[in-house]
Amino acid sequence: MQEITRDQLLRKAKELLQNGTVDRVMGWKKGEFDYDLTPAVFKTEGDLSEFVYSDFCGANFSKYLVSETRADGKVLVFLKPCDTYSFNQLLTEHRFDREKVYAVGIPCDGMLDASKIRAAAGDFTTVTAHGDKLIVKTLFDGEVEADRNAFLPDRCVNCKSKKHVCYDELLGTDGEVLDSHRFDEVEKLESMTADERFAFWQGELSRCIRCNACRDVCPACTCEKCVFDNPKSGVENKAAADSFEEKMFHIIRAFHVAGRCTDCGECSRVCPQHIPLHPLNRKFIKDINTFYGAYQAGEEVGTRAPLTNYSKTDIEPKDAAERGKTHA
Amino acid sequence: MPLNENGEYRPLIVAFCCNWCSYAGADLAGNNRLSYPADVKIIRVPCSCRVNPTFVLRAFQRGADGVILCGCHPGDCHYTSGNYYTRRRMALLFSMLDYLGIEKERTRVEWVSAAEGAKFASTMNDFCKTVAALGESKRLEDLRCKK
Amino acid sequence: MRKIARERLDELFAKIAADKTLYLPVDTDGGAQFLPWKEGTALSSALHTVRSPKDFFFPQTENLMAFRREGKKIELIDVRKEQEDFVVFGVRACDVRAFDVLDNVFLKEPADTYYQNRRQHGIILSLGCGKPAETCFCSTFGIDPAEPKGDVACFFSDDELFLEPVTEKGKAFLASLDGLTEACAENAADALKAQTRERMKQLPLADLTTDAFGGDKTETYFRSPAWAELSRSCLGCGTCTFVCPTCQCYDIKDFDTGHGVSRYRCWDSCMYSEFTKMSAGQPRLTQLERFRQRFMHKLVYYPANNDGMFSCVGCGRCLAKCPIHMNIVKVMKTLVKEAQGE
Repeated sequence: MQEITRDQLLRKAKELLQNGTVDRVMGWKKGEFDYDLTPAVFKTEGDLSEFVYSDFCGANFSKYLVSETRADGKVLVFLKPCDTYSFNQLLTEHRFDREKVYAVGIPCDGMLDASKIRAAAGDFTTVTAHGDKLIVKTLFDGEVEADRNAFLPDRCVNCKSKKHVCYDELLGTDGEVLDSHRFDEVEKLESMTADERFAFWQGELSRCIRCNACRDVCPACTCEKCVFDNPKSGVENKAAADSFEEKMFHIIRAFHVAGRCTDCGECSRVCPQHIPLHPLNRKFIKDINTFYGAYQAGEEVGTRAPLTNYSKTDIEPKDAAERGKTHA
Repeated sequence: MPLNENGEYRPLIVAFCCNWCSYAGADLAGNNRLSYPADVKIIRVPCSCRVNPTFVLRAFQRGADGVILCGCHPGDCHYTSGNYYTRRRMALLFSMLDYLGIEKERTRVEWVSAAEGAKFASTMNDFCKTVAALGESKRLEDLRCKK
Repeated sequence: MRKIARERLDELFAKIAADKTLYLPVDTDGGAQFLPWKEGTALSSALHTVRSPKDFFFPQTENLMAFRREGKKIELIDVRKEQEDFVVFGVRACDVRAFDVLDNVFLKEPADTYYQNRRQHGIILSLGCGKPAETCFCSTFGIDPAEPKGDVACFFSDDELFLEPVTEKGKAFLASLDGLTEACAENAADALKAQTRERMKQLPLADLTTDAFGGDKTETYFRSPAWAELSRSCLGCGTCTFVCPTCQCYDIKDFDTGHGVSRYRCWDSCMYSEFTKMSAGQPRLTQLERFRQRFMHKLVYYPANNDGMFSCVGCGRCLAKCPIHMNIVKVMKTLVKEAQGE
């Protein structure tokens, strides 16, 4: 259960609309079931009747600010700790006007993964939290009680930080940067043989349907025209017509955000084929930490990203693959 | 499969050479009659840092068995710092390719100055030999590009 | 009607797979998907595969032809091969209806011969839905999941599988399995069908209707102010179109192989910025227009050209998979509310 409630957010939103601090509110709009919430913009107090906040508010709002701040007026945005890193990274890259945003930090205890609930309990419509227990109301099999932690996605299980790195105002209490196990999966892959790794990735990436959801949701992917959408780039493709193109897309997608990826995990959340995409991004993060010193994208505004920086004593590429496998 | 007179595999190598150092180094190798396999196809770039990771992948897609980048020695870049960025970029790319199970011996970065004709030739000879031993590149091939 | 005990399913599958490729839903790391049956393959109990079975007739990519260049000569190569007979088991009623939607597009003159060839060789064993999901709304489009079409309709009870021929092709196919299956009463599956229909009534989306939509509604909805809010958070990804069993847009592209050209077709999505590039560019410049196109096509344009048939079948895949949970149900409800309210 979240420490913060819908009522608290709603009260804050109404207050800020009333006193003229903001003109619009970004939030989640209720859906047909408990889990299908849609990011929306609320302009009046009346609109806010459809505002919801629950365990299914996983979407990272930072990227929406790029388009949202093009309009006049100020927008209120609620940011979970992981969202604030993306927020800072976008500011570092001058992707939106900070003056047009009022950021309210909200604590987070991890967001639920509807597909995990479905896999365990069956099709469901409502989920009620009682502390660490969840009551899942299924369609035809009555109610199922389950442990909340079992339904957290990987990005929340391995949460890197409960601390907000940026906000105008904070609701609830701020947390700490956590000592997560987010690189365990990367290390597991590193310890396999090259043949095993190739087989693993070939299997995972072959499921890709090139819907581009991982790219389009990514707060670090904010190019106006992606190379994969540009027929003149020579690498544009709408479908992987050969298994090479699956690898090409995913290597370049991850590479282009290397050093800028805050590890928010949105890519893996949205993949309709459940391809584990974050282990690609995390490999770059881990390598950057190993080669060039610990670096967390979005921790501060204005830092120089590792790939737009250098030192005269950097590791040579020929040593990189081996050094990259050293475990912390 | 192209074989040499000893029946060994002749790999196709793409070498991205910086205009200011390595390309001149290749020139010097030629002037000095130093031999290296004709299987090395040189693509001249203004600076090694012109090479985008997609270039490397595209080379493999279109049939390269090995890709080598040659640039000025660190500190000697014609544009002051281009090769330092190359070094970081390729370190991460090569490590990622290895992570995906692609043979790391198929990729290399080497610093070759305009005065190092001999180093250019020996680098290419060595790289060709290494890649030849691995045989045809299969893991980043695009079947449509196979003849 | 015929039947076979559930514990003998593998025998049935083995018999079918002996002379035709048999595809059925199998659980994988990425959810259920249609895979060829082989010894030891277990049938998934999932209601839906992640990707719809439209792939069987309209694959995501397919080579159309090739050109080979040698010197100054260009050779044109027909890459088509006659499709061999294949069987798909476990297609749900909604997905079977989706084939009708695709047929209207691909089999109208001039028929798409690539599609036609595969369609002629496919035998569809549909499967009644014992447990529909909360995202299901096929009944909205007049589909009865208790009476799936296809060539043979199948129904699972706790310990038996019932098979009922629907088409002549299905009848002949079923006859070839007579040694394995046994005859049973024509109404043997009626209790199962009744249960499905009862469960359909309990679904949260059971009340959704298409009354307000159809081929004559372009003027009603095209300029609706609701589109702006509906499309606002759309990411412009292609998830909805690619998991959709009826989306049929494609692009034809030439790939330069270095020694010739491979001409292929691949799925395209109206949600993409580079969809339908014409000499004047993409005709729909904003995400609002692209978003509107998708839903207007399903609910208005397609029925206008196909005797009122909607090109949504209510399978619910987009409801489950959209990264921001925007979908056709929310669009329908919002448009109607907007049109009635103002």
